[in-house]
Amino acid sequence: MKDYHLTVLSNRQVSDRYWHMIVDSSVVEERIEPGQFFNIKPTNHETYYPLLRRPFSIYLINEDTLEFLYKVDGPGTRQLARYKPGEKINLLGPAGVPFTMSKDCNKVLLLARGVGIATLAALAQKAARMNIEIYAILSARKQDDLLATKTMEKYCTNVYCVTEEDGTSDVEHVREMIRDLMETYPIHAAYTCGSRRLSMLLQKMSKGNGITGQVALEEYMACGMGVCYSCVCDVKRHGVTQTVKSCEDGPVFPLEEVVFE
Amino acid sequence: MKKGLKMAVDIGGMTIANPVMPASGAFGEGMDKLIDFNLLGALVPKSITKYPQRGNRNPRACETQGGMINSIGIQSKGIDHYLQETIPYYEQYCAPLISSISAESIDEFVEMSNIIASVPSVVALELNISCPNLKNNGQAFGMSDAITYQLVDRVRETTDKPILVKLTPNVTDIQSIALAAERAGADSLVVANTPLAMAIDIHSRRPKIGNVMGGLSGPAIKPIIVRQIYQVHEVSRLPIIGCGGVMTANDAIEMMLAGASAVQVGTANFVSPTAMIDIIQGIQTYMEEHQLYHIDKLIGGVMVRNQWEKDYI
Repeated sequence: MKDYHLTVLSNRQVSDRYWHMIVDSSVVEERIEPGQFFNIKPTNHETYYPLLRRPFSIYLINEDTLEFLYKVDGPGTRQLARYKPGEKINLLGPAGVPFTMSKDCNKVLLLARGVGIATLAALAQKAARMNIEIYAILSARKQDDLLATKTMEKYCTNVYCVTEEDGTSDVEHVREMIRDLMETYPIHAAYTCGSRRLSMLLQKMSKGNGITGQVALEEYMACGMGVCYSCVCDVKRHGVTQTVKSCEDGPVFPLEEVVFE
Repeated sequence: MKKGLKMAVDIGGMTIANPVMPASGAFGEGMDKLIDFNLLGALVPKSITKYPQRGNRNPRACETQGGMINSIGIQSKGIDHYLQETIPYYEQYCAPLISSISAESIDEFVEMSNIIASVPSVVALELNISCPNLKNNGQAFGMSDAITYQLVDRVRETTDKPILVKLTPNVTDIQSIALAAERAGADSLVVANTPLAMAIDIHSRRPKIGNVMGGLSGPAIKPIIVRQIYQVHEVSRLPIIGCGGVMTANDAIEMMLAGASAVQVGTANFVSPTAMIDIIQGIQTYMEEHQLYHIDKLIGGVMVRNQWEKDYI
């Protein structure tokens, strides 16, 4: 992890609530993996509001650029949306434990909700490079929020979209979809991000089908570097519940370990 | 550093190379990738408790205008882990190690102080008698001068090492608490901890902190802390470590002018992990610009009305 000042190459609104930022990452020497995040300072101005950095998972990882897809819904993301191409932005990272994907995997399932789609897009990008077949279920409140669908379609074998708007995103319907996929294909691993309810669903179904899984958690972070203990969550390891830090011990955890209730 | 510039300060018998150190709870091993710990005045890891404890429920932090509220509840791996893992880790650095202790009772403070003070590499103890995030609705030992006296007096019997007492700002008269700690044998006062605060999400109507209330930190609280440093400096001979809202060198200098000998930096580390190093360099630049060759010249150097009127006339 390092403190970087990277050049913004592009920062534009892509839907009603979402923005897409591309930064020049050619000076970043560290290896960046899907599931990791950068803790971004929302503004270049000397101001104490917003005060803290904001953690953003990486949307796409390219040779010399990094992409972030973010929802504008508070003072921090509103400031982030003001960055213009050519300006420098302060990022701390790459931070956190990434997703892991075995070379023996042939078929994986991705289950994403809302901005969690951005987090799993980086994993889809990596899996596609490994020639792994990817089946993705993308869930959002409305069609307009399914903005990474085209990216996912580029990398995935099949992409299924569900929304509240269409009345297709309820847990029961998603359960049927996952069951169909698991029965039709020998899914080897499952990954999820963006919804506690869907994570719990996938946890049960993965366990029932003997599939390994991982989840990227989205807890509120203050420091993002393992110091403050704000972003903790509970995991159960060897029958013992432990309180661990999402920023340092995660944000990616084995799905079967996370205590969601 | 420019030759002849003296940044070292004395904190109750302990000389530190410069007056900047982290605030307990806002500093840890994860930061070693980002800054050189050897450059800091001292190292203050998170408060240690006797037994492992899981801390408070989520959400544990929220941002406010110019600050943040936290209620971590001192998540801790307990004293055994501290002795076996934490202290040996910090021993690799030349900056002195100050151990911050949090306990449930006076007896427990005494017991833990006795154990930790016996470790040669621990240079001083900081008694956290002021954490607002534990039980009893934000109450802390440091809210009572009688309990503060009793607690510090008992710990004093266990060690000759410097004892730093971290006061709470959540009191009506901080001077009486400071004097109680001084009479009981404290070597230095940390002024202060976080003021008890609360924030509500107006849409869900829920408190933004799982524990309902928490401690406010960050630039929003600095004027309160500067005032309390000034008040404590007026009545106490003890060196003061200012703590609360230091973001820049100017903030640190302001606290020193109010009477602090050193400062602790907390929330600023989250915004900029190099904040403490930047503050040390900024103080140095200020000293050069104002031709101050000894940092002691800053301490308590505020000129209140009668002083500047005299100078002017």
